[in-house]
Amino acid sequence: MTDGRGSAVDDRGLRVRSGLEKSCSSQKGMEDMTIEGRVWKFGNDVDTDLILPARFLNLSDPAELAKGCFVNLRPDFIDGVTPGDIIVGGNNFGCGSSREHAPLALREAGVGAIVARGFARIFYRNAFNIGLPLLESAEAAADLAEGDRAAVDIVSGIIENKSRRKTFRANPIPPFMRELIGAGGLVEYIRMKKISGRK
Amino acid sequence: MGMTVTEKILADHAGLDTVCPGDLIEVKVDAAFAHDVTAPLAIETFYRIGVSGVYDRNRVILVADHFVPNKDIQSAQQVKRMREFAREEGLLHYYEGGQAGIGHVLLPEKGLVLPGQVVIGADSHTCTYGALGAFSTGVGSTDLAAVMATGEIWLKVPATIRLEYTGKLRKWVQGKDLILHTLGRIGVEGALYRAMEFTGPVIEALPMHQRFTMANMAIEGGAKNGIIEVDETTRAYVAERSSEPYRVYRSDPDAGYEQTLTIPVDDVTPQVACPSSPANVMPVSEVGFVPVDQVFIGSCTNGWLEDLRCAAFLLAGRKVAPGLRLVVIPGSPWIYRKALEEGILETFLEAGAVIGPPCCGPCLGGHMGLLAEGERAVSTTNRNFIGRMGHPKSEVYLANPAVAAASAVLGRVAGPAELTPD
Repeated sequence: MTDGRGSAVDDRGLRVRSGLEKSCSSQKGMEDMTIEGRVWKFGNDVDTDLILPARFLNLSDPAELAKGCFVNLRPDFIDGVTPGDIIVGGNNFGCGSSREHAPLALREAGVGAIVARGFARIFYRNAFNIGLPLLESAEAAADLAEGDRAAVDIVSGIIENKSRRKTFRANPIPPFMRELIGAGGLVEYIRMKKISGRK
Repeated sequence: MGMTVTEKILADHAGLDTVCPGDLIEVKVDAAFAHDVTAPLAIETFYRIGVSGVYDRNRVILVADHFVPNKDIQSAQQVKRMREFAREEGLLHYYEGGQAGIGHVLLPEKGLVLPGQVVIGADSHTCTYGALGAFSTGVGSTDLAAVMATGEIWLKVPATIRLEYTGKLRKWVQGKDLILHTLGRIGVEGALYRAMEFTGPVIEALPMHQRFTMANMAIEGGAKNGIIEVDETTRAYVAERSSEPYRVYRSDPDAGYEQTLTIPVDDVTPQVACPSSPANVMPVSEVGFVPVDQVFIGSCTNGWLEDLRCAAFLLAGRKVAPGLRLVVIPGSPWIYRKALEEGILETFLEAGAVIGPPCCGPCLGGHMGLLAEGERAVSTTNRNFIGRMGHPKSEVYLANPAVAAASAVLGRVAGPAELTPD
């Protein structure tokens, strides 16, 4: 079932992104996980208040949350972003508040992946838990510029700057995080491992 | 090699004899916390996991503290969702209205978090409880949902940075100044993924509320947790609030620290974090002439009773500067009542302050006390990011309650020494 916007709707009416969660729902799906899009470039210490200001936190609907992405910093972002686009950041991307609304809003806006020099730890967990892949690469983060075309392969960690014909390899995603993505996110991982094991 | 206090707590809760930094482990959780912003998402995810109920209805704690009293229809809906969930699951610790304050003030005050525990909260400032000698860290809503369902969480064991504070504190220098000074030195990712262990004679002499302030802002250095070992100060605080047994963990003398920083405090004066980073720190005496539109005293960082006493001491017999708005928010109903009984609230009112109901207030710029374009605030809170307290072109200076009170009277960023020279 879909809601007409390309997202699957599960039996309780919760919208599930068709992109990553679906394509990651099996190891088979993971074999071909390339994300390609325009680069949106940001600096160091991009905090979650910048990604999504608190005035949007009285909402839970991802589509409504998406409207707040970078609204203070780059009001042009939400109108310009298209599915598969890639955010590139510097150090400590996603620092500050634990609001999962921030990665959720980015994912809903269509962001396919985030490449940065480094990520803040709560944001890192949150993004993987909801199936938004993050890649750490200082070289790629330095090279990729605003407006470039880029492609990232989540499985191999290869990041390609299509505009400048350069490739980079991200730090490997830890095996446990790959397992999480392979399962389709934390919820599915728990369903698989914990609950079945208990009953 | 021995273990640090953080490693010991984690090992014990994972059923392991030893752990090393970098180990991925699954640990049992003693308390799980969420609030009106993070709980609704966690509740949706909890239902998707599909368990029959929460792992322990005595250990899942929900507090309405962010957008309360409900600021609009959407926030009313969010709190309603949380309230219904608490009722359906039979949670023993659900707080709202006159029972609720800021979660990170309320939980220690009610003895719901104890030394030696593992506490996981869907709020980045959950690291506050490390002041009690607990392992305590913030996560997002999906992680919290998993904890509510299973009572466990996967964690990577953090390496520990040991911060040893030595020397003698100057007048008006508080835990807030020590953590700001530290952040100024290490930067906003100086402790990324690490545990910050606060030690040394200065910490041993620090009162409990100032320890909370320091552990609270460990996240501002990127840390996973901040922690202070249990001592007589901790025991006395807990004894007044809980009769539950708890376990005390201590770092081994040969524990493996990634780094030890000695921080002499003799020359540290009241500090200010200037816009727009908690690590953009300088002594208040060096800030220069910076006019201020609003001062906020409160939050999980500095909404404790002693913080209000400190501010009231300076405001007694004085008035806030003309045109300046002073907003004071006690951290909990108990603190509110004590402040009333002690005459502190009257002092604030006499000075010209607005007193708000216990909640997070203006700290995160979502509800009450927001800043307009070009306005500037001095705030006892923990973050001064761009747009944190309102308009993206507003500015926030972080400081201790004494600096906040002095700034309110003088109408500009100012230290208490300007009001009361020795």
